[in-house]
Amino acid sequence: MNRLFFQPHQAGLSKVQAAEHTLRNINPDVLFEVHNYNITTVENFEHFMNRISNGGLEEGKPVDLVLSCVDNFEARMTINTACNELGQTWMESGVSENAVSGHIQLIIPGESACFACAPPLVVAANIDEKTLKREGVCAASLPTTMGVVAGILVQNVLKFLLNFGTVSFYLGYNAMQDFFPTMSMKPNPQCDDRNCRKQQEEYKKKVAALPTQEVVQEEEEIIHDDNEWGIELVSEVSEEELKNSSGPIPDLPEGITVAYTVPQKQEDSVPEVTVEDSGESLEDLMAKMKNM
Amino acid sequence: MADEATRRVVSEIPVLKTNAGPRDRELWVQRLKEEYQSLIRYVENNKNADNDWFRLESNKEGTRWFGKCWYIHDLLKYEFDIEFDIPITYPTTAPEIAVPELDGKTAKMYRGGKICLTDHFKPLWARNVPKFGLAHLMALGLGPWLAVEIPDLIQKGVIQHKEKCSQ
Repeated sequence: MNRLFFQPHQAGLSKVQAAEHTLRNINPDVLFEVHNYNITTVENFEHFMNRISNGGLEEGKPVDLVLSCVDNFEARMTINTACNELGQTWMESGVSENAVSGHIQLIIPGESACFACAPPLVVAANIDEKTLKREGVCAASLPTTMGVVAGILVQNVLKFLLNFGTVSFYLGYNAMQDFFPTMSMKPNPQCDDRNCRKQQEEYKKKVAALPTQEVVQEEEEIIHDDNEWGIELVSEVSEEELKNSSGPIPDLPEGITVAYTVPQKQEDSVPEVTVEDSGESLEDLMAKMKNM
Repeated sequence: MADEATRRVVSEIPVLKTNAGPRDRELWVQRLKEEYQSLIRYVENNKNADNDWFRLESNKEGTRWFGKCWYIHDLLKYEFDIEFDIPITYPTTAPEIAVPELDGKTAKMYRGGKICLTDHFKPLWARNVPKFGLAHLMALGLGPWLAVEIPDLIQKGVIQHKEKCSQ
């Protein structure tokens, strides 16, 4: 997503500058605001949050949606931190290290799982990884996979903003088998992110305040005058249950697994040495280090 | 994890207690103290094992770190400057160490000199939040990276030794 714009004549420009130029040529009526910095540092993060809160179509208003198209875990966690703090709905997207799977995820703080609620989800590969990845070599990339993921991301954005169709909370793409798993995940009540937990409380209050709605279903009966051949209609309803669960190991549908699990209990087989509070001040400690 | 030797070294590095990042005010100061205590102990261990291979210091806020690391190859001592920022999501995410002077010289590196760590590092770090700190990052991140990359770069003639004698 974040490198699909580059063309040879743009060599030397930053990715966002190249993106702006290319997009402006496609549609000159779109307004662009470009920033090229590392959002994970303390200084830049404040500016980043500020633009989310104030960079809407009308300056001073928040944006409607944030789309994450970054390529690393750290940047995603940073966006997640900002959006949880601001209660900002966003969509996260990504492509795997082996370039043959990808996903998009809609995150509404408090309502759906945030990026920190569970370990990173991985679209199950069902292939022998060794055929794809050599030891010691870094990630592969396929612009085709990225193009597909970009497409389903924007599709989801259109459905979300224009209110049609079903907006997926999670949509995966397995390029090897052309499998598109979907699901939604509830937030983790023990999420490490304090703001996520806070947003969950706010959401519960909001839901409790809504009046209960009764859904009335009207069924039309189709009547034929004669049925010479005895034709019967058999309803084809395939049941696909989306499993929602929260907890340390989420109960996930076929095709999705977690990248790793975090053990609940401490492994007490190896005793650990904990830092001791020697009562020295921070300045003392800095000086001690300097004099080593 | 890493090999047996690295595992032993890491088990002797004190683990940290406070789960705080650079935006957490007083708790961050507490975390910084723990970082320094853990680092000091690790450097002491290294000195005792005759493998004193790095120095680190930070700015006053503890958000920007810099220092040097050394690698001995064929009796020659190579020195490199290192630096990194503490990300706001620390310690959930580890900082990215940069060796600026090696930028562009190896494929195991991102633009600006940030070193590329193995697949094992991130899940290992994630499983040990917030116990792992900067000392663990050095031992499990930079250490193994130097051990793989420097001999390779020397052998390819990409880096040459300055006038430093082995100590």
